[in-house]
Amino acid sequence: MAEAVETTHAPPAAVTSAPMPSIVTVSLARAAAETKMFFREKDAVVFTFAFPIILLVLFGSIFAGELEGTGVTVSQLYTAGLIGAGVMGAGFQNLGIGIATERQDGTLKRLAGTPMPPSAYFVGKVLVVLLIAVLEVAILLAIGVTLYDLDLPSEASRWLTFAWVFVLGVSGSALLGIAASSLPRSAKSAAAVISMPFVVLQFVSGVFIPFTAMPQWLMNIASVFPLKWMCQGFRSVFLGDGGAALEAAKSYELDRVALVLAAWLIGGVVLCLTTFRWKSRRDG
Amino acid sequence: MKHAIQVRGLTKLYSGVEAVAGIDLEIEHGEVFAILGPNGAGKSTTVEILEGYRKRDSGEVSVLGADPGRPTRQWRSRIGIVLQTNADAPELTVREIMRLYATYYPDSRDPDEVIEMVGLTESAGKRIRQLSGGQRRRVDVALGVVGRPQLLFLDEPTTGFDPESRRRFWDLISGLAHGGTTIVLTTHYLEEAETLADRVAVISRGKIVAEGDPSTLGGRATAKARVTWADGSIETDTPTETVLELSQRFDGEIPELAVTRPSLEDIYLRLIEPS
Repeated sequence: MAEAVETTHAPPAAVTSAPMPSIVTVSLARAAAETKMFFREKDAVVFTFAFPIILLVLFGSIFAGELEGTGVTVSQLYTAGLIGAGVMGAGFQNLGIGIATERQDGTLKRLAGTPMPPSAYFVGKVLVVLLIAVLEVAILLAIGVTLYDLDLPSEASRWLTFAWVFVLGVSGSALLGIAASSLPRSAKSAAAVISMPFVVLQFVSGVFIPFTAMPQWLMNIASVFPLKWMCQGFRSVFLGDGGAALEAAKSYELDRVALVLAAWLIGGVVLCLTTFRWKSRRDG
Repeated sequence: MKHAIQVRGLTKLYSGVEAVAGIDLEIEHGEVFAILGPNGAGKSTTVEILEGYRKRDSGEVSVLGADPGRPTRQWRSRIGIVLQTNADAPELTVREIMRLYATYYPDSRDPDEVIEMVGLTESAGKRIRQLSGGQRRRVDVALGVVGRPQLLFLDEPTTGFDPESRRRFWDLISGLAHGGTTIVLTTHYLEEAETLADRVAVISRGKIVAEGDPSTLGGRATAKARVTWADGSIETDTPTETVLELSQRFDGEIPELAVTRPSLEDIYLRLIEPS
C-alpha cells in the first residue's frame, strides 16, 4: 500500500494507444444526428420551422397594399421581417428550448461523462441551426416571390450583404439560444420562458408592425437587441433603395447593423463560456 | 497502478454539512464492487466524485491512475458511466445512437455487436421512445460499454425492473465482469449486490460502516442461526443439535421447521440503524 495516490502515475500497459477521434469527425456525426432528431420531432418542426411560413402566408394575404411613394408592398415588408424572425427562431428559440430539455432529461450529463469534446456539441448545434435557417429562408423567399411579387436582387453586392447579415444573425442567435437555455428551471417551463420574450421581441423589432410606428422608448429598447438589426439588414437586401425612406434613419445603416450583430456574437460567446452548465439545477 | 480505484480520506461538504465524511476505498482491477446505503448517505456523491462529475473538498482519489477531479478525454475514454435516469434522444433509433456514441471513443466496440450483447438486435431499428423501460435501460448499458471501458459505473441499474428482466440484466453484467471490466455498482437491492458483487461496502452518514464479501459481511457467516417451528423459535450457535432435539420431541417430522441465518438485508438494516 505504499503507492501514493497521485495523478502522475504511469498509465497501465492496457491503455490503448489509438488516437482520440478528431473534433471534426465528432462534430459532423453530432450534426447528422441532431438533424435527424430535429426533423423527426414534429412539435419542434411545427413550432420553429413552420411558424414563420404560416405567418407569412397569413399576413401576406391579409395586407396586400403598397406603401405610398416607395414602390414597396406590405407583403414584401413581411417577407423581409419574417426572414429575420425565422433565422432568429432557428437559433434562439430552437436551441433555447432544445438544450433546456436536454439538460433536464440527462442528455447533457451523459455526454459530459463521455470523451466527446464539448466543442463538438456546440459545433453540431450551430451546423443544424445553419441548415434549418437556410431551408427556412429558401421557403420564405419562394413564397415571397411566387405569391407576393418579391423581387430577388440581381446585384452581387446585395447578396453579399445578405450573406453577412445571415451568418452574423444565425451564429449570434444560436449562441444566445445556448446561453438562454440555462434560464428555464425545467424543460416544461422552457417553451414559455424562451418563447415569450422572443414573441415580444418580434413585435417591437419591426417583424409584424413597421418599426417607425412604435413609440420612441420602445424603439430604443428594441435597438439594443439583434432582431431589429437583422430585419433592417434583410430589408436592405429585399426592398432596395425605395424602402430606405421607410427606415427611422431614412437609411439602412448597414455599418450599425454589422456593429450590433458582431457585438451580440461576441457577447454570446462570452455568455456561453461563462454560464453553460452540463447538469440541471436539481442535480447541483 | 495497483488498484483500479484508490480513495483516502475523501470528504465533501454541502453548505457546511459533511455529506462524505472521510471515506477510504480500494477497488481492484476486474472486481465487481457494490456500494450500498440509504438515500442521502453520501453514496451518490462519492460515486459522482469518482466519475469526475463532482469536485471533492479533501482527500486523495485515484481512478485508473488519474485524478477524476481533472478529467481528460483520454481518461474519459477508459471509463463508462450508466446514470440513474436517462430519457434522451427519443427520436433516434437504437442503432443510430450507438453509432453516434461510438464516434466519441478511440477504440470503440462495433455498435451492432454491443446491441447484440444487450439483447436488442431485434429492436435495433426502433426509435428509443418506442422501447419499454427495461429495453431503454439496456440501451443505457450499451452506451456505457460501447467505448470498451476498463471501468464501468452502474448507478441503480435495475430500479423498476420486473424480476425476469432483472435476472437477464444480471447475466449481462456478469458477462461484462467475466470479460475483465471493473464494475462499481450502487443499488438498493441487496439481492442484486449479493448476486453480482465480489465485495460490498455499506455507506451510512457519509462513512463506510462495513466492507467485505457479501456472504460474510457484518459477521453474517458466524451469526447465530434461528430455528423456528410451529409453536416456538430460538437463536442458537448449534442449530443441528436443536433440530435433533426437536425431532425427538415431535417423534419425527417437526411441523413448519425452518433454519435461517441473517440475510444480507438483515445485516444491512442493522448496520444503517441510527445508533
